[in-house]
Amino acid sequence: MTIAEAGAALAAKKISAVELTAAHNAAIAVLNPRLNAYITATPELALTQAQAADARIAAGGAGALTGIPLAIKDLFCTAGSRTTAASNILRPFVPPYESTVTQQLLDAGAVFLGKANLDEFAMGSANITSAYGTVENPWKRNGSDAKLVPGGSSGGSAAAVAARLALGATGTDTGGSIRQPASFTGLAGIKPTYGRCSRYGIIAFSSSLDQAGPIARTVEDCAILLQAMAGFDAKDSTSAERAVPDFRAAVKGGVKGKKIGIPAEYRTDGMSPEILRLWEQGVAWLKAEGAEIREISLPHTKYGLPVYYIVAPAEASSNLARYDGVRFGARVDGEDLIDMYERTRAAGFGAEVKRRIMIGTYVLSAGYYDAYYLKAQKVRALILRDFQTAFADVDAILTPTAPSAAFGLGEKMGDPVTMYLNDVFTVPASLAGVPAMSVPAGLSAEGLPLGLQVIGKHFDEETVLSVSAALERAAGFSALPTIRAGVSA
Amino acid sequence: MSSYVLEGNTGTWEIVVGLEVHAQVVSQAKLFSGASAEYGGAPNAHVSFVDAGFPGMLPVINRECVAQAVRTGLGLQAQINLVSRFDRKNYFYADLPNGYQISQFAHPVVGTGIVEIELQDGTIKKIGITRLHLEQDAGKSMHDQHASKSVIDLNRAGVGLMEIVSEPDIRSPEEAGAYLRKIRQIVRYLGTCDGNMEEGSMRADVNVSVRKPGEAFRTRCEIKNVNSVRFVMHAVEAEAQRQIAVWESGGVVEQETRLYDPAKGETRSMRSKEDAHDYRYFPEPDLLPLVLEQEWVDSLKAALPELPDDKRRRFCEQYGITFYDAGVLTAEQTTADFYESVAKGRDAKLAANWISGDFFAALNRTGKTIETSPVSALALGQLLDLISDQTINGRIAKDVFEEMVETGASPSAIVEAKGLRQVTDTGAIDQAVTAVLAANQDKVAEYKSGKDKLFGFFVGQVMKAMAGKGNPALVNEAVKKQLG
Amino acid sequence: MSLDTATVRRIAKLARIRVDDAEVATLQTELNSILGYVEQLNEVNVDGVEPLTGGAQMAMRLREDVRTDGEIAEKILANAPDRVDHFFAVPKVVE
Repeated sequence: MTIAEAGAALAAKKISAVELTAAHNAAIAVLNPRLNAYITATPELALTQAQAADARIAAGGAGALTGIPLAIKDLFCTAGSRTTAASNILRPFVPPYESTVTQQLLDAGAVFLGKANLDEFAMGSANITSAYGTVENPWKRNGSDAKLVPGGSSGGSAAAVAARLALGATGTDTGGSIRQPASFTGLAGIKPTYGRCSRYGIIAFSSSLDQAGPIARTVEDCAILLQAMAGFDAKDSTSAERAVPDFRAAVKGGVKGKKIGIPAEYRTDGMSPEILRLWEQGVAWLKAEGAEIREISLPHTKYGLPVYYIVAPAEASSNLARYDGVRFGARVDGEDLIDMYERTRAAGFGAEVKRRIMIGTYVLSAGYYDAYYLKAQKVRALILRDFQTAFADVDAILTPTAPSAAFGLGEKMGDPVTMYLNDVFTVPASLAGVPAMSVPAGLSAEGLPLGLQVIGKHFDEETVLSVSAALERAAGFSALPTIRAGVSA
Repeated sequence: MSSYVLEGNTGTWEIVVGLEVHAQVVSQAKLFSGASAEYGGAPNAHVSFVDAGFPGMLPVINRECVAQAVRTGLGLQAQINLVSRFDRKNYFYADLPNGYQISQFAHPVVGTGIVEIELQDGTIKKIGITRLHLEQDAGKSMHDQHASKSVIDLNRAGVGLMEIVSEPDIRSPEEAGAYLRKIRQIVRYLGTCDGNMEEGSMRADVNVSVRKPGEAFRTRCEIKNVNSVRFVMHAVEAEAQRQIAVWESGGVVEQETRLYDPAKGETRSMRSKEDAHDYRYFPEPDLLPLVLEQEWVDSLKAALPELPDDKRRRFCEQYGITFYDAGVLTAEQTTADFYESVAKGRDAKLAANWISGDFFAALNRTGKTIETSPVSALALGQLLDLISDQTINGRIAKDVFEEMVETGASPSAIVEAKGLRQVTDTGAIDQAVTAVLAANQDKVAEYKSGKDKLFGFFVGQVMKAMAGKGNPALVNEAVKKQLG
Repeated sequence: MSLDTATVRRIAKLARIRVDDAEVATLQTELNSILGYVEQLNEVNVDGVEPLTGGAQMAMRLREDVRTDGEIAEKILANAPDRVDHFFAVPKVVE
């Protein structure tokens, strides 16, 4: 079932929001102990919200999301519900305020099933850095029961939606954290333009990159969710003061006459043949739908990752300085104030978070700022310029989402840089602030989902959605994960 | 102007001083949050989640704080930068909730400017302003409220601060004091900071070094958070003496942060913040560039009040008073306003004398200010009117004024109630003169034999006989006439 | 550029993260691996390029000077690990 279908069924009173929510609560109770997609499930709160949704539907004031059960990435502050960022340092934290994005979803009548697992402070590409345990990808390789990662950092959100433990989910994307897990779990996910969704109340990782967006089963579902999540917010100085277009209408836009760019630099040396084939297939589908294909160049693509791994940790090292055990969160006592800080942060942060804080502290420190941080900002400007130049000629860009399908728990974990390479195709759009979407396009030889990425111009999510929808229609992706609600795994 | 030097064992030393003045912005709400910027309040009352650095909270800048910084920049005759940026200054401290202070490091909102200071000998010196930038204040840690803990109040955290940085143009404790007083005068005139150093809404970091005349600058030390003009002057001298002693004993002055101890009259090293010096400034990613419209700056400029230097010059020209008196009367905006309402349409010099003399003396004696003064500008003006229309004479006016200070009554009421009206009836005056001369026949004889000085004695006796109420000119005339 | 253990300790101190000797060695290896990876930026010619500081390319909005927040001391303190009345409390600082 999709959000669009559920919405229609609710409106037609074929099903109640309470029934829909209860079914999801039950599925979470069965499968979450295994998948660990939720850090905190809130079944009672969900039922209360569902009752209110039913009342609203009965009264005739329902919208497209009224009564729709969602998973909320545990990076969004939710008033009265514990919000951890998957970190020990926020284990006891109950925010007294609601993030703007979740408030807008609540206003639309959505039901929150619980807080979805993620990489600690959204730092990771496999959901293996959570202090609340790893998340298992509901998908399995053909004939194998090996545990695979769901991608990250929005791994819990993706796993929940894939395993039918939610109809949709919120995610956040800093360097690929919506798109890569969507690709790994056979889902659609969009990172909108930087500034499209308010960052107010979302626990910050890297302020100049973080953007909220939806993960759902279809492009249309993503459009429905984004419609409610997006919009200007005076509480976020980086929020864009512009009208939100009709995203759902854009899904039906088609690609006839649209110019689609294929960047040569994404064709990396080590690219797996099946990823390359999928990409070529995507090109063929769009061409068949009437799009015009153009070879383009994004010359600084390969520098995206090194820029990202300077800028994001630098901002994170500062953003995470507030976790000091003084005003909220966990504290470990010490001999004096500094000792208390050092023990609190040593115990509260996991290894990956510490690594990034350390790198970020180093690249900003006296004597190294120019060589690392300033240099990275300049290259970031060149990456933006690459996109601006390309978008003078094309309406959207098509690339693979990730260099591989979901990998096994324990793989790629020897060296942090190997893990970072997962983000190679998603990071450039984040650095440029342009919208980008992953849409499921096929299966790997091992039977795992693979996604294609559509990148658009600043604030042109509509084209991204219409191109993604065209790919979705052409791909006709209908495979289901091995582990999912209603199926004994 | 004689230059200020200190004598050491190895000859004379010159001191070099630059000031960083932190001035709290006058505004309703904080720089980046909607919490009250008011001083005081119950612990953590004027605090929002933004000020307390809660997860996911974001700063949104207050237009009025920017306007106040621009006004101050204009008052310092400084360059206004139409594009400026905010940076994060990273360090850990219990009263710094985010672990960073939002400040302006590389691109301040105000650039170079000039301030004129006046020294005791009347010379005017120009001190260069390097920059003015906006930043957040920190909260307050208190170490004496609890036996084993320090406690933190974030009411001040996030209040807007202007940091005004001077060039190292200051060469003596006197100049340092005059500069700080001048900055305080300017911000008070502009209404951009209340200049209250006791409450900490204005404080200074003082950079001091010493050198032999003609040398390049030597290493400086920064004395943090000095909170009065007097302490700034003392700290400059104490620190200069310390550095001279270090250099002269063959040592080397280390660049460091120090604190001034007013009780001991000396500076000491601040060891507690020793390792906190790598601030890792970088552009604040939660904010965008601050872009100002020239028209907006122009409109702020057009609405600026008259500045103290301009007012002082105008007072000299318009009211014909001395430069010195004009300086006294323009020291505070309220004084200047008071003076102008008294002087308007009256003898402006007389008004200046009364205000800088009897009026200030009365305020001092009663511990009152102009705002709480028992004598209003209106009442003082009425008193001067009674003098000029000869209702009372100048001597009686002083008694009436004291009565006004005492009771707050109007001068005419006092004059009527006490019958202090000046006697201008020449018959009555002649009568009094006749009586005085008759009672002092011997003195009259001396006078007539050439002792001219006795004239004043007769006038005084007549005034005394008339209880001070005689019109001095008429009394003079009558005495002269009767003495022949 | 390659980090030595003293630098790792200095950075940890700046970041206020307590590290033991074993962690220092691991961090040194990992951080050097990351720094080695980002070194490739040296290939890029950035002469005359203005650094890109943020995600949004627009001027900043300014809010009006109105008191809209605060006066919620109890909520501000509700998550505090330690407090004394309406103050946050930390180990005593000797200045």
